[in-house]
Amino acid sequence: MMEKIILGRYLPLNSVVHRMDPRAKLLFIFGFVFVVFLANNVLTYALLGVFTLFVIVLSNIKIQFLMTGLKPVIWLILFTFLLHVFFTKEGEVLAQLGFLSIYKGGVIKGAFISLRFLLLIFVTSLLTLTTPPISVTDGIESLFGPLKRVKVPVHELALMMSISLRFIPTLLDETDKIMKAQMARGADFTSGSLTSRIKAVIPLLIPLFVSAFKRAEELAVAMEARGYRGGEGRTKYRVLAWHGRDTAALLVLVALAAALFGLRS
Amino acid sequence: MKDSIISIDDVSFQYPDQTAFALQHVSLHVQRGEWLAIVGHNGSGKSTLAKMLNGLHYPKEGTVTISGLALSEENVWAIREKLGMVFQNPDNQFVGTTVQDDVAFGLENNGVEQKEMKERVQEALEKVGMTAFLNQEPHHLSGGQKQRVAIASVIALRPDIILLDEATSMLDPAGRDEVMNTIRSIKDEEGLTVISITHDLEEAAKADRVVVLNQGSVYTEGSPQAIFQLDQELLTLGLDVPFPVRMSQLLADEGLILSQRHFTEEELVKDVWTLNFKK
Ligand SMILES: Nc1ncnc2c1ncn2[C@@H]1O[C@H](COP(=O)(O)OP(=O)(O)OP(=O)(O)O)[C@@H](O)[C@H]1O
Ligand SMILES: [Mg+2]
Repeated sequence: MMEKIILGRYLPLNSVVHRMDPRAKLLFIFGFVFVVFLANNVLTYALLGVFTLFVIVLSNIKIQFLMTGLKPVIWLILFTFLLHVFFTKEGEVLAQLGFLSIYKGGVIKGAFISLRFLLLIFVTSLLTLTTPPISVTDGIESLFGPLKRVKVPVHELALMMSISLRFIPTLLDETDKIMKAQMARGADFTSGSLTSRIKAVIPLLIPLFVSAFKRAEELAVAMEARGYRGGEGRTKYRVLAWHGRDTAALLVLVALAAALFGLRS
Repeated sequence: MKDSIISIDDVSFQYPDQTAFALQHVSLHVQRGEWLAIVGHNGSGKSTLAKMLNGLHYPKEGTVTISGLALSEENVWAIREKLGMVFQNPDNQFVGTTVQDDVAFGLENNGVEQKEMKERVQEALEKVGMTAFLNQEPHHLSGGQKQRVAIASVIALRPDIILLDEATSMLDPAGRDEVMNTIRSIKDEEGLTVISITHDLEEAAKADRVVVLNQGSVYTEGSPQAIFQLDQELLTLGLDVPFPVRMSQLLADEGLILSQRHFTEEELVKDVWTLNFKK
């Protein structure tokens, strides 16, 4: 099951996109989310589409791979599309299905919005696919660094994030083990009514929580024993390095925004 | 004692909200370069004592001195650099997302420069033979490998003392050997002092000295030979006598007097098969 989810997965390939500074990637995506909304006609959407394709090619990640990752959200995209097709009343009528009439404007708008959705998903999944989670955390910590002045515990939050990432596989393993242990005792997680299935999950969650708390406590002791005393006076093992290509990427985004601005209607 | 690297003098400790004392008038001195084993039944206070040596608890009475530093709130961070700990559960002491991040964690905490950190991480991983796993994530490692990384994390801080609190008890025999051999070779190389808390008396048999804790006090201490002479007494303390020792005892009961008591199967076997030649 876990193999199919690509959100949050990292693919260690070698590409320009992989080598980019995580801060640049984060800023780029943040900017891209706004830039996408500039597109409002066929030309601008075409430009955005070509641009996104270009970025995907640069990242060395196969488009088929991104497509398989779409499966969980495809229904959402389809739903948005149909919503627009049936409820937007603009332009000429294309077809009449009983009391529902389908307008040309609706189809176009639905297509645009679905496309926008698709592009956003592609570009944001590129972030996690090309960046190790720990680098994403480092990037976030560094970008939000200035907030430390106003007493936001940026370092602590970043550490929490990286420890959570570190423990996800451990806890998944543990869930699996507990599940098997309960199944060996006759628990049934896969059949019965919804309420009985929810009830079956309780004997799974309780041991999991108990063990997670125990782990947390032991981990805290181990961290303290290794000299952890908060962010102050701490150095960093991983140093982020901003290169020319990172600035270039952001400039390209600005250029894209300018082009879209010029071409939009 | 002058040459003691660790001095524990008349230490008592009580957990908050507990009536019983977890440690009562414990006095113990550890020599530089010594390998000390601490054994005792469950709840005898071994982990409590270990945590006290690292300033995770402070004594209620008595004093603790480590590498010339008296245990106090001011000295605690310096002491944690001198005395590194490896705990029981391999998973619950792995902080970093990868092997190298984990080894670097302690160095980061102590504000070591990034360039030096790289070197020290590399060096420490070399000593435990884990350089090939630099970028490996913890869930792809065996228990023994994780414990070796934990040892590397401690070594990277260049401590004087390394304390193992049942560090091998969750490992299979192969993992156990792997970890103990690593510790042994590092101890010899660096002249470290090792304190190993263990339930495994065979492991304790390889120490220079064994301390037996019972209900929060030092019951007895001495060479492994002397401790294992206690036989039945050890059983009443909730300790299990190692198989070779029990076997020697049984053989003695049958009238086969061996040259001495043996702590390892190898020694025992050797003595048994050469027994007839000596007659
Ligand atoms: N956090 C705690 N709060 C209260 N009491 C505790 C706590 N931890 C340990 N104790 C008590 O202190 C005593 C000594 O415990 P300790 O963990 O030091 O034993 P141990 O020798 O390490 O045992 P084990 O072999 O099971 O690891 C026990 O009676 C235990 O119940
Ligand atoms: Mg213990």
